[in-house]
Amino acid sequence: MVTRTNARRNPALNSRPNPVVAFVVAFFGNFIVQRFLLFLLTIWVAATVIFMLPRLTGQDPVKEKLLLEAQRGGSVQAGMNEMAKEYSARLGLDLPLHVQYVNYLSDLSRLQFGYSIAYFPRTVNEIIADSIIWSLGLMTVTLSLAFVLGTGAGALLGWSRSPGWLSYAFMPLLTLSAIPQYMLGLVLMFIFAIILNLLPFFGAYSPGNLPEWSLSFVLDMLKHAILPALSILFSAVGFWAIGMRGMMINTQGEDFMVQADAKGLNGARIFVRYAIRNALLPQVTGLAISFGTLLTGAVLVEVLFQYPGLGNTLFYAIRVSDFFQITGIVMTIIISLSLATMVIDLVYPLIDPRVKYSQN
Amino acid sequence: MVTTEQDARPDVASNADDYALRVEGLKVYYGTPRGLVKAVDDVSFNLRPGERFALVGESGSGKSTLAMAIMRLTREPGHIAGGHIYLGDRDLVEMEEKEIRSIRLSEMALVPQGAMNSLNPVMRVGDQIIDGIMDHVPPGEGTPNRTQLNTRIHDLLVRVGLDPTVSRLHPHELSGGMKQRVAMAIAISLNPHIIVADEPTSALDVVVQRQIMQTLGRLQEGLDAAVLLVGHDMGLVAQFADTIGVMYAGKLVEVGSVPDVFKDPKHPYTKLLIQSLPSFDISRQFVGIPGMQPALLNLPPGCAFNPRCPSVHERCFREVPEYLNLDVGRGVACHLFDEEAAN
Amino acid sequence: MARAAGTRNLTMGTRIRLARRRWGIFFQERIEPIFLYGRRNPSLIVGLAMLGALLFFTVIGILVYGQTEPHLAGRAQQSRLDAYVSSGAPVQDKRLPPSWCTWCEDIVEREPDERPSLFQYPMGTDTQSRDLFATNLRGIPLTLGTGLIAGLLSVGIGTVTAFIAAYYRGVPDVLIRLLTDVGISIPGLLILIIIRIQLGTELVWWQLGAGLAAVGWVFSSRTVRSQVLVLREQPYVEIARQSGMSGLAIIFREMMPNLIPYITASFVGSVAGSILASIGLEALGLGDFSSPSLGMTVYWVIQFGAITLGMWWWWLFPLVFIVIIFVSLFLISAGLDEWSNPRLRRQA
Repeated sequence: MVTRTNARRNPALNSRPNPVVAFVVAFFGNFIVQRFLLFLLTIWVAATVIFMLPRLTGQDPVKEKLLLEAQRGGSVQAGMNEMAKEYSARLGLDLPLHVQYVNYLSDLSRLQFGYSIAYFPRTVNEIIADSIIWSLGLMTVTLSLAFVLGTGAGALLGWSRSPGWLSYAFMPLLTLSAIPQYMLGLVLMFIFAIILNLLPFFGAYSPGNLPEWSLSFVLDMLKHAILPALSILFSAVGFWAIGMRGMMINTQGEDFMVQADAKGLNGARIFVRYAIRNALLPQVTGLAISFGTLLTGAVLVEVLFQYPGLGNTLFYAIRVSDFFQITGIVMTIIISLSLATMVIDLVYPLIDPRVKYSQN
Repeated sequence: MVTTEQDARPDVASNADDYALRVEGLKVYYGTPRGLVKAVDDVSFNLRPGERFALVGESGSGKSTLAMAIMRLTREPGHIAGGHIYLGDRDLVEMEEKEIRSIRLSEMALVPQGAMNSLNPVMRVGDQIIDGIMDHVPPGEGTPNRTQLNTRIHDLLVRVGLDPTVSRLHPHELSGGMKQRVAMAIAISLNPHIIVADEPTSALDVVVQRQIMQTLGRLQEGLDAAVLLVGHDMGLVAQFADTIGVMYAGKLVEVGSVPDVFKDPKHPYTKLLIQSLPSFDISRQFVGIPGMQPALLNLPPGCAFNPRCPSVHERCFREVPEYLNLDVGRGVACHLFDEEAAN
Repeated sequence: MARAAGTRNLTMGTRIRLARRRWGIFFQERIEPIFLYGRRNPSLIVGLAMLGALLFFTVIGILVYGQTEPHLAGRAQQSRLDAYVSSGAPVQDKRLPPSWCTWCEDIVEREPDERPSLFQYPMGTDTQSRDLFATNLRGIPLTLGTGLIAGLLSVGIGTVTAFIAAYYRGVPDVLIRLLTDVGISIPGLLILIIIRIQLGTELVWWQLGAGLAAVGWVFSSRTVRSQVLVLREQPYVEIARQSGMSGLAIIFREMMPNLIPYITASFVGSVAGSILASIGLEALGLGDFSSPSLGMTVYWVIQFGAITLGMWWWWLFPLVFIVIIFVSLFLISAGLDEWSNPRLRRQA
């Protein structure tokens, strides 16, 4: 009530809105801007949690680890001492907390993760750059292939006019989706690498083979990628197939499916343009949500097959308690994941006309 | 306004081949864990070309099930358990799925319930009109090109009273009444001779209901198609239809032209239905029908209406009344009349 | 009492008939609906049965294996169940395949008097001659326990935050929604890795469960919140609100009954998710090294290269248990889905 009378008394508020205010409202009301802000917020929250944790617990295992390494001496001792000093200077107790925090965030915004403790003087960025290619190659291929295959399989499984024998595929797919990727990897490794001795079971290429652009190396690389890729693929195919099947069943209960039948459309058109087209929408939103779970599963597959990607590097960093490296890898994964989910969210309105970019 | 009195001529078509649609002894049963539900049980009626036939009854009387069965759209766990649906001399019940698909929309079209989301939410309205046309191109003919299609969409939308620009919109951008008009545009897109309208005005407000019914009437006249209208509002239906069929608990209990049925209802249920119509006569009290329609799973023995019937007598508890033809296009299933006939 | 007095003078035949009838009514009203529902919703029944069988197996195993053995009385390892601790079995018994596998090479190669009796090591031994049957018997409850703690806590926190968000709307709603949106896009496992590294101490099973709940509650909160938002607009809730019912009463009397399926499904989902994450964390070497949970077994399997050693029994049995756990939880959640969503029911 109060605001209404005020507005009436002050016609300027009603008739001529401040252009700056209008711009700000329109800008932050924009879906793309909102989504980008959420992306920044996600990274900021993750970074802050990682920054605050050691300070909340009161412990400083990083410093302890550094001192331990320095005490151990040897060839890297000089470097370690230097690093311990740099560590103190940058994050240590001599600076007030807020200054440390600002420094930390500014490093992060430039994607600078500092030096590795274990491989000093290599920087974390160098190590990540070496391993991320392998992960990206493995993950993008397998995860997108799994999405396509799984969604297709699920669509057929959930379609009431599919041939009856297809339903026998349900239980195997369900079991596949329920087995963690790395457990599936164990089985595959046992069958194909140990019993049948068909495929190599560790690494990304044969030892002694140096990465180069030759046919033999590419073939060797592909051979090494088969088992890790299949472990991720099988499990993820099951996951998407089960989800899609449920959505197909749901969609077939919709009124417009009855109407599509009443229109006498041919079966293929109903299947693709009506059923799949609509059942796909929750699959895509699901993609954004389950990316993290699928990715962390894939990280463990890398560990199992000693595939030199980010996951395996993370595993070794954990074993030697290389904190900067761990933080760097975790932040890299979080950033790339958030980026991927943001892209999915931004693309989503293109396939669902009910969602608009310009939401209020 | 649509006047119906002159059109109602039950004796026009006496030859069986003259009917647009003949339903004979149709049975639609649902298998449930608790037993067989006879949603439509032994229903027969005829539809003349250009006739407006309305099916009325309470919800659960099987009228929508009947309409869907005529389109051969009965879904699991339901199935057509017997009877025939003749479209000319072809029996739809015996027909292959492929054949029935080519008949839908081109020969008989469905206008869905108004409460339904019958349009695909992710397709533009125009595309949803087109795909029906495209899937019914006869084998010999070439597919129409884009300009031809656009003219057709334009024409169809104008005929149902919509702005042609609607074709570029998505269903969520339309109001309930507009969606129903789009559904009608789709239904008439191939000039069918039978339109099945399954409660086309449910969940719409009263003003829109009237407009939709008027549009449907206009379209029917334009196409000279027979309309099978399913509704529960006796008043609305009476203004539209030539013939009324009253359904109760899966059975057709009375059929007759609108004036006949209103002037001289035979079945006690029809009488009660007409009495329960609200009227401007304030002195008359508003009457409902006492009791509830019985669950289809355990119908009372004999006539299913016996628990609620004011003229119930001993025979009604023993025998299921047969459907009795009183005249051409006039019939009733009630023991009051088969006794009369026997006498 | 009255009924007992009434039946006193009846003949045996009548009594049997009466009992049969009473049982018949009981069967019809209580038992039959379960079967009828089970026929419509087989995944729920099969899932529960699988989980039940696993629990039954574990309990029986623990009871049998937990018997104090006379010659071990008073020692640190009193029963065979304690044999997961290093050197639980005689040192020469390391790397033994399951004893019933009489055709396995490792057993055949042995001198006849050194071969273990048929059921001495039902699941073999590892490289430290630990009895893997004991390891698995102890591991199943530990892993399930971690999941249970995590599931209970996340659903608890998730439901409360969802209600706070939906009830107070405004600022709390915005904050909680932002928090869940952010939390969902950060993989919890990674945050847990950092937490665990920074803590520097090993987490025992319930601490691990609590940690998983700390990052996993956002999923429950999101599910429940979206459902509360739907329910809040329902006419009967509106009527309850206008008739002056208090907020808490509306939540517990009007909304809760409709939310139970969703909360249960969300609980099952977070138990499964937490178990998956806990095994992952343990397999990365961030678990409790003194505990024989299934995830730690996976860790040791990878560490000792059990696969290249050909010790299939070391990883196959935990794998089977893990698969049973995940498949049964999945079936249960699918069954709950059918329960709360009748549309799915039709095709079940």
